[in-house]
Amino acid sequence: MEMLSGGQMVARALEDEGVEFIFGYPGGAVLHIYDALFQSCKVPHILVRHEQAATHAADGYARATGKPGVVLVTSGPGATNAITGIATAYMDSIPMVVLSGQVPSHLIGSDAFQETDMVGISRPIVKHSYLVKRTEDIPAIIKEAFYLAATGRPGPVVVDLPKDLTNPIDKYEYVYPETVKMRSYTPALRGHSGQIKKAIQLLLGAKRPVIYSGGGVILGNGSELLTELARELNYPVTNTLMGLGAYPATDRQFLGMLGMHGFYEANHAMHNSDVILAIGARFDDRVTNTISKFCPSAKIIHVDIDPASISKTVTADIPIVGPVNAVLKEMLTQIRATRTSQGADAGPDEEAIGRWWTQIDAWRASHGLWTAPRYDTETGLIKPQQVIESLYRATKGDAYVTSDVGQHQMFAAQFYKFDKPRRWINSGGLGTMGFGLPAAMGVKLAFPDDDVACVTGEGSIQMNIQELSTCSQYSVPIKIINLNNGYLGMVKQWQDMNYSSRYSESVYEDSLPDFVKLAEAYGHVGIKVDRLEDLDAAMDEAFRLKDKLVFLDVYVDRHEHVYPMQIAPDGSMRDMWLSKTERT
Amino acid sequence: MRHIISVLLENEPGALSRVVGLFSQRGYNIESLNVAPTEDATLSRLTLTTEGDDQKIEQITKHLNRLIEVVKLVDLTEGAHIERELMMLKVRATGAQRAEIKRCTDIFRGQIIDVGPNVYTIQVAGAADKLDAFIESIGDAAILEVVRSGVSGIARGEKVLTL
Repeated sequence: MEMLSGGQMVARALEDEGVEFIFGYPGGAVLHIYDALFQSCKVPHILVRHEQAATHAADGYARATGKPGVVLVTSGPGATNAITGIATAYMDSIPMVVLSGQVPSHLIGSDAFQETDMVGISRPIVKHSYLVKRTEDIPAIIKEAFYLAATGRPGPVVVDLPKDLTNPIDKYEYVYPETVKMRSYTPALRGHSGQIKKAIQLLLGAKRPVIYSGGGVILGNGSELLTELARELNYPVTNTLMGLGAYPATDRQFLGMLGMHGFYEANHAMHNSDVILAIGARFDDRVTNTISKFCPSAKIIHVDIDPASISKTVTADIPIVGPVNAVLKEMLTQIRATRTSQGADAGPDEEAIGRWWTQIDAWRASHGLWTAPRYDTETGLIKPQQVIESLYRATKGDAYVTSDVGQHQMFAAQFYKFDKPRRWINSGGLGTMGFGLPAAMGVKLAFPDDDVACVTGEGSIQMNIQELSTCSQYSVPIKIINLNNGYLGMVKQWQDMNYSSRYSESVYEDSLPDFVKLAEAYGHVGIKVDRLEDLDAAMDEAFRLKDKLVFLDVYVDRHEHVYPMQIAPDGSMRDMWLSKTERT
Repeated sequence: MRHIISVLLENEPGALSRVVGLFSQRGYNIESLNVAPTEDATLSRLTLTTEGDDQKIEQITKHLNRLIEVVKLVDLTEGAHIERELMMLKVRATGAQRAEIKRCTDIFRGQIIDVGPNVYTIQVAGAADKLDAFIESIGDAAILEVVRSGVSGIARGEKVLTL
C-alpha cells in the first residue's frame, strides 16, 4: 500500500489517467501540488502566460486528440482567469478537467487572500464540479472528473482543491480506481431501435433530403459512419461551423457550411428540404435564422446524445437519443437490411433524388463559393479569402487550423476545405476572441509533426498575444496567419450594414504594433505581406520553416465583408445577402 | 399550467444550488421549493412547483435530469397525486374574534398550536389552494405572519419515486 500526500495524489492520478500535458500557472494555493509535480510527476507541464490561455490550450489539445485537456490553476484570480476558457469548452462540449487551488478549508468563506468561490462562479458553465473535502477522496474524485468530462455529452469538470488537503505532511493510502460507477449518471449507449426504424422509413421515402451534421459527429467519432451513410443514400450533407470536417469537404455530396454565413446551396437545400436528418447538431440560432420560418416543409429526425438538445428550439418529429456512432451504425444496418429485403421499392427514390441533385447543382453553379470566386478579384488588394485559399494550397488541405473569432474565422470556415474531423478548431458556441493562438499551441504539442496554423485577426490575436512567449519557451512552431485589416472586421461589417458605417470603437487608427518586430522580440520569425503577388511565396516560406513559429502579417482589403450573410431579423434560412448590393 | 416536480437528489453540499441555479440561468421560475433528506441519508427529496407550457416543462425536466446529482425525478402533475403544504399563521385574536377564528380553523381542519392573550398561532395543512382559501377567510386584517413550507407531493396508488 502506497502512502501519498494530497499533492502527490494529484500528480500520480494525472499519470495514472494517462495525461499527456498539464497546462497551468502556479500560485499560493497550488504550491504543494506544484512541488509534487516538480519532485515526481512524469506528465510535462506547460507554463502559460495567462490562465485563460491554459484553458484554451487544453481545449485545443482536447479538440484535436479527443482526449480531455488538463488545466491547473491557483485560487482567486487564477481561477477567475480560467473562466472564459471553461465557458468556451462548455459551449462546444469539449472534455476538460480543471484543477483549481482553493484557500485552506478553515479559511473558506472568510474572504481570505485570493479566495473566490470557484465552484459557485463556474457552476453554470461546467458539466460538473467538486469542492474536495478530504484528502483521501482526491483519487476517486479525479477519476470521476475524467470520466464525466469524456463520456456522454462531454464538457469541462472543475475540481477545487483547498490548500490544506494537498500539504506534504499528511499522507493517506493511494488507490486509483479502475472504474467509475455513479447511480445518478448513466449516459445512453445506443439509440432506440424502434425510433431508428421510424427514422429510416422517413429517410428512405424522402424526395428532398438533407443531412445536417454538427460538432457532435466529431466529438462522437462518427465521421466515418456519417460518410458511409451519406454515400449509401447519395444524400447531400451540410456541416455546421462546429461540424466542419465531419464529412469530407471535397466530396461531391458536400454542400458546404450552413447558417448565418453558410453556403447558398446549403441554406437553400435546407429551406426546401422535405426530410432533415440532424445529427449531433443543436439548431443553434446561428443556423436556423428565424425559428418560425425554419424549413417549412421539412420533417425532422434529430439524433443527439443529450436529450435536452432535442426539441429545444425546433421540434423534432423523430427524436433519437444516443451516441452518434452507435445510432449511425444501426441506421446503416437497418437501411441495408431493408434494401436487401425490399429491393428498389425500399427507396431512396432515385428519380426524386436525381431531380434534387439537379436543383442543388444549379444553386451551386449560380452562387456557390467554390464554383467561382464570388468576391471581387480585380481590386489589386489582397482579399482575405485569397489568404485562406493560399493557406489551403500551401498545406495541401491537411493542416490543423485554429481560429479566433470574427471575419477571419468565417473566411477560414468557408475557404479551407476540411476533409478530416478534428482539423478545424474554433470557438463556435461562445465565440471567444483570443482562443486561436493558445489552442494552436495545444494542438501542436499533441501533433508536433503536423502543420498547425492559427488564422486570426489583429483584434483577436492581441487578446492572448502573450502566449508567443510560451511558444518560445517550449519551441512550438505554429504558423500565425494574421488577416490584418486595421478594424474589428466583423463589428465593422455589422456597423456597415446596420449602423450606416458609424465605426463606433472598431478602428485601431495607428495603434497597432509592428507584428513582425513583435514576433521577433519573442524570438520568432515575422513576415509582412502587403502585395498579392508575394502571398503564396510568403505562405510557402512560413511552412518551409518547420522549426520556427512564423507570424505572417497579411494586409488585406480593409473593407471586405463576409458573404453570404443571412438576413435577420425575420429572415428564413434562404434569405441572404450575397454581396454588399445583392440579396436573394 | 402549474406543475409539481419531485426530485431525488444526492444529499451532497452544492447539489441544491445547482438545481436553483439551473432555474435562474435558463429563465425558469420556481414558485415554491422544499427539500429534506429521505429515509436513505444519502438522498434528498426536493419538490418544486413551476409554471409553463408542455415544451417548457419538458425542457425543465430534461435539464434537471442532466444535473449529475439528480438521481431521478417525476412530474407529479402528469398522474394522480396528493399534494400537501403546511402553513403556520399568527393572527390577532381578541374579543369575539377569538371564537370566530377558532370556528374557521375547525372548518379547515386546522389546529391552534399556540395561544397568547391577543394572538393565536394556527397550523393548517392541505393543498396550496386550500391554504389560500384559509388565508382569505381569516382576512388580511387579522393576519400578523404567514409561514408556508412549500408544496410536497406523492403519487397515488402503487407508483413510487425511489432508487
